[in-house]
Amino acid sequence: MPKASVGTLYRGHEGMWTWVAHRITGVAVFFFLLVHVLDTALVRVSPNAYDEVIATYKTPIVNLMEVGLVGAVLFHALNGIRIILVDFWSKGPRLQRQMTWAIMAIWLVLMIPGAYFMLQHTVESLFGSTS
Amino acid sequence: MSAPALNAPKTARSGGRTNYEMWSWIFMRVSGIVLVFLVLGHLLIMNVLDGGVQRINFAFVAGRWSSPFWQVWDLLQLWLAMIHGANGLRTIINDYSERDQTRFWLKAALMVATVFTIALGTLVIFTFDPNIS
Repeated sequence: MPKASVGTLYRGHEGMWTWVAHRITGVAVFFFLLVHVLDTALVRVSPNAYDEVIATYKTPIVNLMEVGLVGAVLFHALNGIRIILVDFWSKGPRLQRQMTWAIMAIWLVLMIPGAYFMLQHTVESLFGSTS
Repeated sequence: MSAPALNAPKTARSGGRTNYEMWSWIFMRVSGIVLVFLVLGHLLIMNVLDGGVQRINFAFVAGRWSSPFWQVWDLLQLWLAMIHGANGLRTIINDYSERDQTRFWLKAALMVATVFTIALGTLVIFTFDPNIS
């Protein structure tokens, strides 16, 4: 396999960055999945063992990381759909750039209420709530 | 002066590899579409709706896995996500590892982690006992 030369001339614009982001989010989600199957497997140990590890998922910092995880999965899903449309839709290759901006917009529209509901409890517990 | 002799054209590579890569390419797209529904549905239910992660505990899992629908959902999700992810990592290992030995050992580790995780997850779904103490 040839080694990449220093100072490559490749300038990929949006397409390159979505490709990079697709890889990074894919790897991150895969490693989380390995951990997630392990923590879920604790239901075979005891209810207590499972509840204890799930309690860490409810802490503020891990809760924030979950928003990152959902954001990564959502990007990977939307960009994956874009890739499929580029491959199989006759107009896909011509519209790939517009589709990139479209998935970014969809991502933002879904993540704003998603993050709100995911962080609601954490924000209330940290900054107090009368309810 | 006569033209230099040309080498005979290479014969087409026979064997499964090309075909395998085509099926791998198709699998990523088919499993990807299914996973969009399974995983985004899973994340919506577990993290967003009705209190999200704060309401999850053993009893919640027991309630869900009392239904064959969610058992099948989770089993399909586990297998498809693991194979989709492992195949993605295989591509990345092929792209970035420069030495044959590195590539071999990274793929071996990937294979072990993948088989172990699928087996463990499958075992947990099939042997789940809501009355475990």
